[in-house]
Amino acid sequence: MSINTKIVNDLIANKISFVTTVPCKQLAGVIDEIDRSPDIFHIPSNKEDEGMGLCAGAWMGGKRPAIIMQNTALGVTLNTLATLIQYYRMPLPMLISYRGELREPVACQVEMAVHTKALLAQLNIPTYHFHKERDADELDAILKYTFMCNKPVAILTDASFWGGYGDQ
Amino acid sequence: MIRSEILREIAPILRDQLVICNIGLPSQELHMIDDQPTNFYMLGTMGLASSIGLGVALAQPKTVISIDGDGSVLTNLGTLPTIANNVADNFILLIIDNGSYGSTGDQPTYAGKKTSLTAVAKACGCENVVECRAEETGKVLQDAIDSKKMTIIVCKCESGNIKVPVITKDPVVIRDRFMTAVQS
Repeated sequence: MSINTKIVNDLIANKISFVTTVPCKQLAGVIDEIDRSPDIFHIPSNKEDEGMGLCAGAWMGGKRPAIIMQNTALGVTLNTLATLIQYYRMPLPMLISYRGELREPVACQVEMAVHTKALLAQLNIPTYHFHKERDADELDAILKYTFMCNKPVAILTDASFWGGYGDQ
Repeated sequence: MIRSEILREIAPILRDQLVICNIGLPSQELHMIDDQPTNFYMLGTMGLASSIGLGVALAQPKTVISIDGDGSVLTNLGTLPTIANNVADNFILLIIDNGSYGSTGDQPTYAGKKTSLTAVAKACGCENVVECRAEETGKVLQDAIDSKKMTIIVCKCESGNIKVPVITKDPVVIRDRFMTAVQS
């Protein structure tokens, strides 16, 4: 089974049926699988804070949501994470492409990578870092944890996890 | 008519619907005029009332009305293409367009100058966009509910605020009673 299929299967097994995405090349395969899945309503967002608003609404409407995004957008979501997702205590799995890590070819991506974990830590967001493919074995448990505690939870997936940015 | 007068007039229509209300004075006014468990008050996060409302509408069958402002729509302008391309016929976006940032001291917005949110919504692909005068809001809103078609209403009104207390309800209480109302 491909890693993309494994990730989407874990989403479906955890009854996640509403996924919003802002694209990233590393996550393109996952996004394709989500788009094809009859079990998931896929709604692309124009911006990540907008996507979090959609997820907040979907959850209040009775569906389990998730967002797929790049770490470079973390900055634009800080207010939404603090004043919507955390303030109203809502669950939100954030599957994040961790650009700017080892095997990154684009220098500018490193500039947000160096702030990514610090920002997540500052917000007290539980954070998991997938570096090797077997790290994804924990995804099922991470998703269960997210909906148990009603918090945003970050899953950072770096270029090594994906087999090298652009090398897939 | 100013926003609080519109809210007072449409409160009997809103009472039976799920409502996502914009941050600041709009939520405070609605809370004071007719607090209902079916109202979700945004206490922060400017701009996301339409996104939250669309999310609720896509997730369940009851009618959802997002009460937004021109300034807040301008903050999250990307919401209009998302709404247009993900049609939820149980969703109504009511933009109370007073051409100003009411909650921060009535500074003018671009919607009060050259920019027409009605034209923007249409250009984004929204199919049922109705611009109305403040006095017509109740009828236009009721028609939108009855039509069972996703509708964007741009209600042109005067700017102005009334004195209103802040909402002191706990956010988790607001959210929990709203979710209970959704499921009832």
